[in-house]
Amino acid sequence: MFRRHDKSSQAKGDNVTIYFEDVPIICKPTDSVAAAVLLSDPGYTRRTPVTKAPRAPYCMMGTCFECLMDINGVENQQACMVPVRDGMKVRRQNGVPILPGDSKEPGND
Amino acid sequence: MTEPADLIVIGAGPAGLAAASLASKHNLSVLLLDEQAAPGGQIYRNIEHNITHESETCAILGAEYAYGAALAETCRASDVTYTPGATVWRIDPDGSVAYSVNGAAHTAKGRRIILATGALERPVPIPGWTLPGVMTAGAAQTLLKASAMLPSGRVVVAGTGPLAMLVTLQLIDAGADIAALLETTRKRDYFSNAMLLPGAMAGQDYLRRGMAMRRAIRASGVPIYGGVTELEARGDGQVSSVRGRSGGERLTFEIDTLLVHDGVVPNIQATRQVGCEHEWYEPQRYWRPVRDSWGTTSIDTITVAGDGAGISGARAAEYLGQLAALDAAYRLDKISMADRDSAARPIRSAMQPHTAIRPLLDGVFTPSFTTPHGDDTIVCRCEEVTAGEIRTAVAQGVMGPNQIKSFTRCGMGPCQGRNCGLTVAELIADVQGVPVSDVGYFRLRPPIKPVTLGELAAMDLSETDS
Repeated sequence: MFRRHDKSSQAKGDNVTIYFEDVPIICKPTDSVAAAVLLSDPGYTRRTPVTKAPRAPYCMMGTCFECLMDINGVENQQACMVPVRDGMKVRRQNGVPILPGDSKEPGND
Repeated sequence: MTEPADLIVIGAGPAGLAAASLASKHNLSVLLLDEQAAPGGQIYRNIEHNITHESETCAILGAEYAYGAALAETCRASDVTYTPGATVWRIDPDGSVAYSVNGAAHTAKGRRIILATGALERPVPIPGWTLPGVMTAGAAQTLLKASAMLPSGRVVVAGTGPLAMLVTLQLIDAGADIAALLETTRKRDYFSNAMLLPGAMAGQDYLRRGMAMRRAIRASGVPIYGGVTELEARGDGQVSSVRGRSGGERLTFEIDTLLVHDGVVPNIQATRQVGCEHEWYEPQRYWRPVRDSWGTTSIDTITVAGDGAGISGARAAEYLGQLAALDAAYRLDKISMADRDSAARPIRSAMQPHTAIRPLLDGVFTPSFTTPHGDDTIVCRCEEVTAGEIRTAVAQGVMGPNQIKSFTRCGMGPCQGRNCGLTVAELIADVQGVPVSDVGYFRLRPPIKPVTLGELAAMDLSETDS
């Protein structure tokens, strides 16, 4: 979906690795999680609570909440506002977030 | 407890940086809170990093972007206490501010507050706008500024306004494959606003740059279609084409990314939450806080500066920030009224060319997607409420935006109406046959950004208790 532009000095230099659905993404420490995930051609990054429709980042500035993802086991994170850190584990958010100890299927309430 | 600051500035874009720096120069203690990791706001986003490490990205973004480096530098060199990564979620008229940094909640108190929370892109409720691969033009520019990224496949930019044109050109320069720029602006929008031209001449630099951008886009071979209507994104789980109509011609482009833009509007989440009065600005169909010539709102302790006070652009934002700072210094007895006024005079005249262009821009680049035509188009992206559901609810007697929330959940998702508030008001006004100014807006309550119960429970209340 997105790539670094050819002239960017970010194509080289220090890199960090995050994992989106267990697949490694090589990115820069200045990237947001949403930006890094967009580098990996994710298709979609969450499913909506109401109709389970696929969605992906839309505004990239913290206002639309379309980029909500599960980051290191914590759901409902605005991935465009969270800087990457090495080893981060990122997952798609599937419908309504599950509270700890809640065994219900997400999206049923 | 922590001593209250003289001034809390919220937002580190051009208005906030300029306000904080100048207030500090006048010996006010200043706390500058900003949601991002580095100063610059959206317009000068990531400026410090790009200036030192990304000369090629800076070249693509142009001199107007590089200009922001000095603003950030001045603020860094000042005595301002700058807290990045701070998400403000509650503001009170007594100067209390609640915010979170790295998942920990804090409170601070200021004798005055300057809100410099900037603008956000207007919602673009067209069929298919929720498909992955449809983003705002601003989002693409943010990815370019923050991460030196560009869309990797075929792109169409659609909508209206200077930013749509600018982003198209920047993406072309960065090497993106742009199939077309689809402009909703019609030729007659230019002609019918010709009477605004003489007034705009003080800002003729903007006109020249606009015409140069248009020429450069055409010279690159990217076609520009004008007067585009019936814009629609299509695809199965992912955008794959965009359709529209220009004149008599039906347009279809196979694409990977659609970038939409229908102008920018003031971000009024904070001013609404704290209870400032707002007014409807008809030419650009948005709400803005009512304020005096220094930016002070209907709440005496709260001043607004920059695009959050009404869209006037980055350069004007800087001057508006300075004016707000001078007034704060006067009200907190650091300078006399005469000093304030004489210091403001050159600022106001320097600002004039930057505001002179606005009536023309506002008249030519009017929004096109304020009211969805069909009933199936999603208005509330969070709760997936369609235009038809809102029309039905209004026809059944729902009175206004707050009742729409109760009946449809529209506006009750995590974005808290940022992406539907204007559309809902327009739809209600349309069905009821009344002006939008009579319809009003969602009542916004704190927290204006999500905050976890854990953050609230762990809050150190000794910070504010006196």
